[in-house]
Amino acid sequence: MSGGSDSEEKIHMQLPIRGGDFSKAGEASSKIKNILKQLGVSPAVIKRVAIACFESEINIVAYANKGQFSVDITTGEIRVLAKDEGPGIECVEMAMMEGFSTAPPELREMGFGAGMGLPNIKKAVDWIKIESQVGVGTELEFKILFGGGENG
Amino acid sequence: MKIGEMAERFGFELLTTPRNAEMEVEGGYASDLLSDVIARAESGNVWVTTQTHVNIVAVASLKELAAVVIVSGRKPDEETIDLAKTKGVCLLGAQSPAYEVAGRLYEAGIRGSPK
Repeated sequence: MSGGSDSEEKIHMQLPIRGGDFSKAGEASSKIKNILKQLGVSPAVIKRVAIACFESEINIVAYANKGQFSVDITTGEIRVLAKDEGPGIECVEMAMMEGFSTAPPELREMGFGAGMGLPNIKKAVDWIKIESQVGVGTELEFKILFGGGENG
Repeated sequence: MKIGEMAERFGFELLTTPRNAEMEVEGGYASDLLSDVIARAESGNVWVTTQTHVNIVAVASLKELAAVVIVSGRKPDEETIDLAKTKGVCLLGAQSPAYEVAGRLYEAGIRGSPK
């Protein structure tokens, strides 16, 4: 998307995420955040990346059996593909709506399931794509540009 | 106001020994919805909540919050405290409910970020 190609530094990472393991939830997001900090990405952008990554990670931990982040960082942007094996989303359009949630009571008691996750992600990113198949899993991909591009 | 000073002044219980007692508290946020905190709390905030689950540590760590004040005398389980120690997250306990705690912090000059 942003100019230059051959000279662009590129970091690629695969970060596995375990379903149901709340004690580790947030670790993949923290790793990504720390790398962006080291790269000198602006705090405002890191904040948006942290929101999108954490919500995606929590979705995998809370709903899926397992999943992973595939992360690509260039000088101009970060792209994250969050892919899981899980129940999938029946209606992506509904899931994108603020307040809509299928979370069971246990999850709500933990402070999740307010129907804010996907809307939060959408607000934080510059580009988003969700593909889901019921009974198979969900692929959520998003991109955040480093060069300003204030979104939401 | 520094974290250590805040804990002492309001009689908060030190659920973990703060490693960052000298860190300045920069504003506050009160919510029990983690997605709300993730989206709207600012780094350096003190977070007032009734939540005790281990996820509060992940949220506080990711958002680089100054401290979490768990209200209404609720106690986090060992898993939460252990993870907070590992991650260097300051957990404080208050006997008063959230409204009271937030009100007193506000009165002491710890403001929210109006949006």
